[in-house]
Amino acid sequence: MSYAAALREALREEMRRDPNIVILGEDVGAWGGVFTVTLGLLQEFGPQRVIDTPISEAAIVGAAIGMALAGLRPVAEIMYMDFITIAMDQLITHAAKLRFMSGGKIKLPIVVRTQYGIGRAYGPQHSQFVPSWFLQPGLKVVAPSTPADAKGLLKASLREDNPVLFIEAALLYEVTGPVPEGEHIIPIGVADIKRKGSDVTIIAISRTVHEALKAAEILSEKYNIEAEVVDPRTLYPLDLKTVASSVRKTGRLVVTTDEIRSGSVAADIVSKIVEDPDTFYSLEATPEIISSPDMPVPTPAPLEKLYMVNAEKIVNAVLKIVK
Amino acid sequence: MSVNIEHIDTIDPNKYDELGIGKEDLIWFWRTMVLIRRFEERVIKLFEEKRLVGASHLYIGMEAIATGVMRALDKDDYIVSTYRSHGHALARGISPRLVMAELFGRATGTNKGLGGSMHASMYPEVGIMLTTAIVGSGVPVAAGLGYAIKYKGEKRVVAVFFGDGAVNTGAFHEGANMIGLWKLPVIMVCENNLYGMGGRVDRVTAGSKDFSVIHRAMAYGIRGIVVDGFDPVAVYIAARKAVEYARKWDGPTFIEAKAYRFLGHNLRDPQRYRSREEVESWKKRDAVSRIRRILIEHGYATEEELEGIEAEILREIEDSVEFAEKSPILSFEELYNLIYA
Repeated sequence: MSYAAALREALREEMRRDPNIVILGEDVGAWGGVFTVTLGLLQEFGPQRVIDTPISEAAIVGAAIGMALAGLRPVAEIMYMDFITIAMDQLITHAAKLRFMSGGKIKLPIVVRTQYGIGRAYGPQHSQFVPSWFLQPGLKVVAPSTPADAKGLLKASLREDNPVLFIEAALLYEVTGPVPEGEHIIPIGVADIKRKGSDVTIIAISRTVHEALKAAEILSEKYNIEAEVVDPRTLYPLDLKTVASSVRKTGRLVVTTDEIRSGSVAADIVSKIVEDPDTFYSLEATPEIISSPDMPVPTPAPLEKLYMVNAEKIVNAVLKIVK
Repeated sequence: MSVNIEHIDTIDPNKYDELGIGKEDLIWFWRTMVLIRRFEERVIKLFEEKRLVGASHLYIGMEAIATGVMRALDKDDYIVSTYRSHGHALARGISPRLVMAELFGRATGTNKGLGGSMHASMYPEVGIMLTTAIVGSGVPVAAGLGYAIKYKGEKRVVAVFFGDGAVNTGAFHEGANMIGLWKLPVIMVCENNLYGMGGRVDRVTAGSKDFSVIHRAMAYGIRGIVVDGFDPVAVYIAARKAVEYARKWDGPTFIEAKAYRFLGHNLRDPQRYRSREEVESWKKRDAVSRIRRILIEHGYATEEELEGIEAEILREIEDSVEFAEKSPILSFEELYNLIYA
């Protein structure tokens, strides 16, 4: 099943189960979502539950807050992650803060779905992956990399009583993989070891999980190095226990991400890992971050290709720190 | 699309009977306005005595607006309030104890002290679902509340308060568009007190005539009512109409209540942007003293009755200060349990 189909299945199953779930966003209805995630849902659930909105990101998230305050469970779609800055006030200064500033009274079950578009030659305003802007208390941030995780985490998000930012990636929508039959829920805040290994830990975020897995195969076949690939899946709150215990086992750490290096979640993960004395002293080499450079995403496809994280870059990083 | 703009001026007391306004309404209007006025005068004193710290945006001069609007709402209706929150809270009937405790940052306040003055009215227990300190941001939230009401087939309405400054924010326009487009059961209450901080309406708002922002309602096909914001009766009549429309899902209304802020934007405002003469001339329109005069002159109440009510209000406010100061503050450790559900 494809990643997009897995998301669609999660939405459909949860909407059948819970009439309080509504979807709102730009072209989520008649168009079916520009990445086909909501395709067919309008036909099944009607325009009251699958709401085509004006191009108004602030009001999409703002209205979702109002709906949640009135007892609904809205899924707000922000078509490109770049557009989310327009809704930043509603998401960060309202949704993430309301429970705290109401003394713990207000409950906001909101899922904000978005995706980052890197790898499609769409340029600096349709490609950014900026999850670190959302590491905010009160908000949870998830970024699944596989169809199974996408479905399981979206179902968990739809049952969550806190606002969740659910980050997809354009390049992942057509990725296929097995998705368990029946009730499949993956709890928020739990990392997953995508490949076992003993020589180096590669913590890979979102799309780069697939590059890390390719790199791990190359490292195993050509260099006899066994990499452990860990997907945090939830970026905030981070499952530090799982990622740190892998690092303590292997003694070497590479983090991969489609972010720019400065102020990245990848850098946050490294700092959280090295702050723990046990993990710090288990390191046998300096940690490496394989990210995009501090540069806006270039539009021309060949340049974007050079800009992006790939298996080769990850292999080179590992070879640098593994003797 | 033609949009109807109605004007409701100060209501002549001789018309009260035919409008269905009786003694009980008038005493309630006056009592509520006095409660807000005296409460905030006490707040100013508490700041001067340094017993209160932090933000404080006062409602003095604008009491008639919340008073008139709240009277027209039912207990199940939703409200979205702003950082100028004390008047909204008290007019909605939240106990002065809870509001004062919130100002003091105490665990017994409306939001356990974590909201403070700018969020003191946020109290879902009475339908005030959000009190925001970000100008304009309540409007899209009101759209969502209105959508949910329609979705569930309920008969509630939403009243969203905002100031004249809000009509120049993106969130206002995005939210107003949804409210107009989907004909949501929302009453948009613009408290036009002439200034957004120090920016006077005509100096910051394109297309404004006579210091009004009602043209912004017309842009979204929303019915407009411009009302005298110094008359709680006029505001009530406007709100009653708007509520009637909304309750039968006949679409939203934009009420522009034309008012004036007697004090600065907050207690730190040096007010260099306006003259003392200007402020004094507006104070002649004060609603609290005007309604008091009407109550006496038209035989609705006696001096003794009103003095009795006022004394009771002052006791209530003193009690609220005592209650607040005796109340505990949350421990720092407890805060960690309030971030996530």
